[in-house]
Amino acid sequence: MAIIAETSEKPGSIWSRRPQFLTGSLLIYAALVFWAFVSLFPIYWTITTSFKTAVNVTQGHLIPFVDFTPDWKGWRSLGLSPDTIFAQSTVRDEFTLRFLNSIVASAGASFLAVLIGSLAAYGLSRFSYKFLWMKNKDISFFFLSQLILPPVVLAMPFLVLYKHLMLLDTLVSLILVYTLMVLPIVIWIMRDQFDTIPVELEQAALVDGCSIWGAFMRIVLPIALPGMVAAFILSVILCWNEYFFAALLTSSNAKTLPVMVASQTGSQGINWWSMAAIATAAIMPLVLVGIFLERYIVKGLTAGAVK
Amino acid sequence: MSQTITPAISPVERKTSQLTSARRGRLLLSAATVLLFVVLILQILDAEGIATIGLVSWRPLFYAYIVWAAALCAAQVMIRGEAGQRAAFVLPAVLFTVAMVVFPTVFGLYIAFTDWNLSAAAGRRFNGLDNLRSLFADIYFWNALLNMVYYVLSVLVQYAIAFGLALLLNAEIKARKFFRVAFLLPLMLSPVAVSWMIGKSLMEYRFGPAATLARHLGWDNPAFFSTPWLARTSIMAMDAWVSIPFMMILLLAGLQALPTEIKEAAKVDGASGWQSFKEITFPLMLPVSMTVIILRIIFQLKLADIVINVTAGGPGGATDTVSSFIFREYRDRSNVGYGTMLAEFYLVIIIIFVALILKGASRWMQREN
Repeated sequence: MAIIAETSEKPGSIWSRRPQFLTGSLLIYAALVFWAFVSLFPIYWTITTSFKTAVNVTQGHLIPFVDFTPDWKGWRSLGLSPDTIFAQSTVRDEFTLRFLNSIVASAGASFLAVLIGSLAAYGLSRFSYKFLWMKNKDISFFFLSQLILPPVVLAMPFLVLYKHLMLLDTLVSLILVYTLMVLPIVIWIMRDQFDTIPVELEQAALVDGCSIWGAFMRIVLPIALPGMVAAFILSVILCWNEYFFAALLTSSNAKTLPVMVASQTGSQGINWWSMAAIATAAIMPLVLVGIFLERYIVKGLTAGAVK
Repeated sequence: MSQTITPAISPVERKTSQLTSARRGRLLLSAATVLLFVVLILQILDAEGIATIGLVSWRPLFYAYIVWAAALCAAQVMIRGEAGQRAAFVLPAVLFTVAMVVFPTVFGLYIAFTDWNLSAAAGRRFNGLDNLRSLFADIYFWNALLNMVYYVLSVLVQYAIAFGLALLLNAEIKARKFFRVAFLLPLMLSPVAVSWMIGKSLMEYRFGPAATLARHLGWDNPAFFSTPWLARTSIMAMDAWVSIPFMMILLLAGLQALPTEIKEAAKVDGASGWQSFKEITFPLMLPVSMTVIILRIIFQLKLADIVINVTAGGPGGATDTVSSFIFREYRDRSNVGYGTMLAEFYLVIIIIFVALILKGASRWMQREN
C-alpha cells in the first residue's frame, strides 16, 4: 500500500518513478517504436525505391543520400520527374486518366451514398416506420445485411446487367456499384450520429412552423456535418482502394488506379523503380488523407461500433 | 409541402388543398407506373424481336425506373402529407438498394443454373443441377473453402495483436498522436499497392529487405511463397498488416470509453497490471471485442485482392480464397455459369455462418450479463 501511495504522490514524469516503472515504460516505448517501424517501413521502402537505380535495389541500400544518391529514374518512366514533366508522355497521360477516374468514382459514389444514406439514417433514427411486416429494426437490418454480400456474388450479374444497359466500362456503373458497397457503412455511421442529436432541437423548430424537411435541413444537418464528413472520407478510402469490381467491370475507359497498378506490377519484366513510383503515386493521396484527416477517420470508424 | 410551411392557411383550406394534392399525387404515381410498364413491355417486345422499335439497349427502362422512383417519392409526400414526408427520408435508399441487389441476386440465381462460357460460341444454356454437381466434385473449391477457415481463424491472432497495440496507445505515453497516425496508415493503403509493396518487393526472394533480414537471421532459403503453409502465413501477415489498424482503432475507442474509477479502485486494492487487465479491462471490453471480431470476420470472408495480386492462389491453391478462386474462374476461364453457382453457394454458406455467429454472440452476451 505504501508503495502505491508513494508513486501516486508523484504523478510527474515517468523518470521520477521507481525503476520498475522505468523498465515498464521502456518496454512500452520499445513496443511502440517496433510497431511504428512495422507500419511505416513498407511505405518508406516504396517511396525510397522509386528513387533508386538497379544497383541500389540489388545491393539493398536503404537510406537516401547516405547509402545511395536519389535518382529520378522511376519517376521519369512515369513522366513525372522534373525533366520530363513538361514533355509529352503517354504513360503520364494514362496515369492521369486513371487517377481522375479514381477520384470521380470514389468521390461520386461517396457523395451519393452520404446523400441517400444520411436521409435514410435520419428517418430510421427519428420516425417509426411500418412497411408490411418490417419495422425500423428490420429495415436497418436490411441495409446492414448488405455488408455481408461478397462482391463475387454481384459481379457477374452486374456485368450482364451493365452490358444490356450499355453502362459497361463507364464511371456511372462504378459509382452505382460503389454506392451500394458503402451505403450500409454510411447508414450505420450516420444513424449513430443522429441518435446523439437531441430531439428537442427539431421539436422546437417544428413548433416554430418548420416542416419536417425544413427542420432537418436547417437544424439537424449543420450539427451532423462532422459525422457526414467522417462518413464521406471513410467511403472515399474504401472506394479508392476497391479492386474487385473495377477489375471486372472496366476495360479501358473507366479503369481506375488500382487496376492500373495491378496490371503494371503484375508483369515481371517491368523495373522495380517504376513499379515503386506507380505504387507511391497510388498510395500518396491516402497517406496524406490519413495524416491530416485522421480525426475524421477514427470518428467514422468508431461510430456505432463502440458505445 | 407548402401547407406545412405556411401556417397562415386556415384548417379548412388546408384540408381541401391536401385533398387536391392527394389526387394529383395519385395521378402522378399512376402515370409513372404506366410509363414504367409501357417501357418494360416495349423493351421485352423489342428484345424478343416481335416489334422492332430500334432500341439499342435496355437503358430506357433504366431511366423509366429512375422517373418512377422519383414519382413514388413525390407522390408519397402529396398523398400522405406528413407521413409521406417521413417516408421520403428512407425511400431513396430503399429503392436504390432494392434495384441494385434484388435484380443481381435473382438474375444470378438464374445464371447459376446455366452452362455459360463467354469464350464458347454456344451461349447460355440451361443445364439444371450440373453446376451444383461439379461444384461438389471440385476439390479446388473445397480447398479454397478450407483456406477460408484458416483465414477466418487468423482474425483471432489479429485481434490479440490489435488489443495489445490499443493497450499500448492507451497507456500514458508521449507522442501519442504520432503513434496513432503511424499505426493507422496501413489501413489507408489499397491492397493492390500493398501486394506489390510487401508481397512482391519486400518479400522478394533475391533483393527484398525481408528476405535479406531472414538470411542474416540464419534462414538460408527465404522463399516466402514456396511451401503451402509458408505462403499462407505470408498472405495472412500482409492481410494482418492492413487490417490490424481497423481493429486497433475500435478497441482503443472502447478502452477510452471505460470508466477510469474502476481501474483506479483496482489499483488501490493492490491489483497488479495483469490482474486488473484480466479481471476488469478484458471483461468490460467483451462487447466491443465481439463487435470488432464479427465485423472483421465479415470483411475477411471477402478477402481477395491480395491473393489475386501476389500469389494468384498458388502454390497449388494453398493460398486461394473463395473470392480469388471465383475471380479466376470468371476472368481466366470466362466460366460465368459455374462461377456464379460457386458464388451463390458461397453466399448461402456465409449467410448461415454469420447468422450462427450473431446468434451465438447475442446468446453468449445475454448469459454473461
